[in-house]
Amino acid sequence: SPARELTQNPLQKTWEPYDNGLPAGHSAQRGVCMTNCPTLIVMVGLPARGKTYISKKLTRYLNWIGVPTKEFNVGQYRRDLVKKYKSFEFFLPDNEEGLKIRKQCALAALNDVRQYLSEENGHVAVFDATNTTRERRETIYKFGEENGYKTFFVESVCVDPEVIAANIVQVKLGSPDYVDCSNDEATEDFMKRIECYKNSYETLDESLDKDLSYIKIMDVGRSYLVNRVMDHIQSRIVYYLMNIHVTPRSIYLCRHGESELNLKGRIGGDPGLSVRGKEFAKSLAQFINEQNIKDLKVWTSQMKRTIQTAEALGVPYEQWKVLNEIDAGVCEEMTYEEIQENYPLEFALRDQDKYRYRYPKGESYEDLVQRLEPVIMELERQENVLVICHQAVMRCLLAYFLDKPAEQLPYLKCPLHTVLKLTPVAYG
Amino acid sequence: FSSLNSAKRIKVDAERKKTLLLKMPMELTQSRIQKIWLPNDNRPALPRRSCGPQLANSPTVIVMVGLPARGKTYISKKLTRYLNWIGVPTKVFNVGEYRREAVKHYSSYDFFRPDNEEAMKVRRQCALAALRDVKLYLTEEAGQIAVFDATNTTRERRGMILNFAKENGFKVFFIESVCNDPTVVATNVMEVKLSSPDYRDCNSTDAMEDFMKRINCYQASYQPLDPDNYDRELSLIKVIDVGRRFLVNRVQDHIQSRIVYYLMNIHVQPRTIYLCRHGESEFNLKGKIGGDSGLSNRGKKFALALNKFVEEQNLKDLKVWTSQLKRTIQTAEALQLPYEQWKALNEIDAGVCEEMTYEEIREQHPEEFALRDQDKYYYRYPSGESYQDLVQRLEPVIMELERQENVLVICHQAVMRCLLAYFLDKSADEMPYLKCPLHTVLKLTPVAYGCRVESISLNIEAVNTHRERPEEAKKGPNPLMRRNSVTPLASPEPTKKPRINSFEEHVAVSSALPGCVPQEVPTQMPGQ
Repeated sequence: SPARELTQNPLQKTWEPYDNGLPAGHSAQRGVCMTNCPTLIVMVGLPARGKTYISKKLTRYLNWIGVPTKEFNVGQYRRDLVKKYKSFEFFLPDNEEGLKIRKQCALAALNDVRQYLSEENGHVAVFDATNTTRERRETIYKFGEENGYKTFFVESVCVDPEVIAANIVQVKLGSPDYVDCSNDEATEDFMKRIECYKNSYETLDESLDKDLSYIKIMDVGRSYLVNRVMDHIQSRIVYYLMNIHVTPRSIYLCRHGESELNLKGRIGGDPGLSVRGKEFAKSLAQFINEQNIKDLKVWTSQMKRTIQTAEALGVPYEQWKVLNEIDAGVCEEMTYEEIQENYPLEFALRDQDKYRYRYPKGESYEDLVQRLEPVIMELERQENVLVICHQAVMRCLLAYFLDKPAEQLPYLKCPLHTVLKLTPVAYG
Repeated sequence: FSSLNSAKRIKVDAERKKTLLLKMPMELTQSRIQKIWLPNDNRPALPRRSCGPQLANSPTVIVMVGLPARGKTYISKKLTRYLNWIGVPTKVFNVGEYRREAVKHYSSYDFFRPDNEEAMKVRRQCALAALRDVKLYLTEEAGQIAVFDATNTTRERRGMILNFAKENGFKVFFIESVCNDPTVVATNVMEVKLSSPDYRDCNSTDAMEDFMKRINCYQASYQPLDPDNYDRELSLIKVIDVGRRFLVNRVQDHIQSRIVYYLMNIHVQPRTIYLCRHGESEFNLKGKIGGDSGLSNRGKKFALALNKFVEEQNLKDLKVWTSQLKRTIQTAEALQLPYEQWKALNEIDAGVCEEMTYEEIREQHPEEFALRDQDKYYYRYPSGESYQDLVQRLEPVIMELERQENVLVICHQAVMRCLLAYFLDKSADEMPYLKCPLHTVLKLTPVAYGCRVESISLNIEAVNTHRERPEEAKKGPNPLMRRNSVTPLASPEPTKKPRINSFEEHVAVSSALPGCVPQEVPTQMPGQ
């Protein structure tokens, strides 16, 4: 039988087979997500070990690379059910009323997980709770099996009292649970809360848990134990978790100085800086000096305008081709008026779905995200970095840091001659 | 494109440099081959790299650890091949090969007995000689990573290596392979040991027996890495049971992180990778490069032949990957199997030369045409890509190929050359001239330490799109002189020369010759 006809999707410019006029199956676009069955990530660890920090960050990363992910924090379910938190006594292992409520919350959360993964097209659910007993983990694992999910455990183990104290200060004192307490009262109560879990804590064990897929993170990433990674997405998760750190630092994002083509209202190309663009470069140098940043790394694209901007700083910089502006294909160096005139259909399509729209012979924001993933990974590894890039590129990077969804990403405001300074704080 | 050795180096202190720069109009020039923008002052007092993060600062010594037949050499070679392909100059130093050079004839496992003092001395000399060569490679031959492939099973030996590294300012990363599954060990012995030069004159049974006794010699003194206590401060990865489990401690930098990720993705399951190009396209017929044309009639015939070929291969679970260009997808459609489209597999972007014939390019862009022949690997089309760019874009494809089992990749000429260079360990110099004709499938099977390649023509006529390296093309500067990263080198031939010349014939290594007195052996330590 003859091969099926191919038609090019007008928005994404991808070739798809048609069977009797209807789109046929058989071909998948490799985005980044290659999960067949949904994945359930289960956090494990005593309170104040960074589980929620990891959950939120991982969720943000997976969503950014295009894997629909959602976190389910059991503590939040508990707060919704038990309107007022009184004290650590709620968590005493012999508090039957407390135990009943907590189990109820865990089941409610799992029910929502099932809805998300099986009915709402979610790919990954992050189940954020202590999950410190083998019994609780077995319940969750069975739940996963029954529903056809792969389960991956992420355990955070830390005994350094300084780290724990710092975590409490960062994220617990401001918790709704302690809204009416002084800092000292809150800290004291929270430490007792941690104690409630310690006796029954069963860490993931080399023998007893040898058939589970998991990563154990020790001492905020000093070392890791990885067991039975099953598939691509688990491998990516492990890689990501092994690259993130919690050392305070700042990331500066800005565009190149105004370019000659900016002045003419033309997109793309490889022009040099305008006079005002050069002024900006000098101001940027001054700004950076004043910030007095320790060991600042500077990254540019391989386009003239970002490199010229970096040159003004008088410090070493690295050129990344993947930081180049979005390729506008046949529309390169045109003004928007010219595009509308010469390619009215393309012009309209782009406004319809700016994230997925791919310029003919060019790229889409979706393509950009894929190309920028190694930049994000390296930004996670680094400390103080200044990234001098371009409008579309900066929007993608910003969306990652500020957890903006695909619909909003292409409209984020990234004006020329403006520096965005990003500092990690609490969970964001 | 200024040479590293230009005498016009201007030494300017940081303050003055800043003042100068603030006055300068920030003039840049674009290098002719790579199209990289560089400042006009020709002498960058500021180091810069072109293609990505500085992958490593101080050189790194990777130290393999583990009993014999645990896959250390397999990992060493594979890792080295990968690192060289992504442009990090890497070389393996296998102490066993130094030993074979020094001791011409291996008689039996007695050589490895812990109470064989002469042999212990020889083995130590070999390790020191290898370390000397490591130092040379990393400090004088522009090497970035040296893989020290030996058992390194005692703390004493590892301590010695750590001191050596410290003296020379090298980072150290340990890779330990731990495996107690007797089936795995036996398989390894059969795959790679029985055919070793050591057992050239033995039958399989005798060789196996001797090798098992050899392993035993190491057992008593084996001190595995202990990241919880004794080895807390070391950077290491412990690979347990052929990748079922990993223990990772203190990853220091980007390259160690990439190495860990790679090791966690490779596997040893037997499988086959098929590489081929799309069927002949309409543009192929016209001699036009690039574009997004459909298959010609002969191209469609090829697609049908490919379908038949795949069926005959009778594979379990074949994954099929294509690019997002029409011609590869049309080819895949004939297979009636699910396939995945990867934008990363798209053909090299010829920029302003897209959809031109080579004659048209020569006419309209004569300088570009000449430059490409001069240095085809680094040459970037104006507003397009280079082979170097392709390698960077294909790295995730290679990583996923490592994870997968049976895969058929339907791609394009330049892309296929890059992938093939990875599997066959070809250098940047050779890559753009590898033969990847239309209508031919390359079947790759991992075997022992490398890859077997079978070329299968499906016997459908097609145009020839291969251009040989022109005779008169001047070769570009030596890749090692490049300042930019991502220059695949074929993994260098292992250094076998014994730097210990004087004891080749005279060392008593067998208990059969107890009376022999070894000649004076030089006891030079590295660094002295």
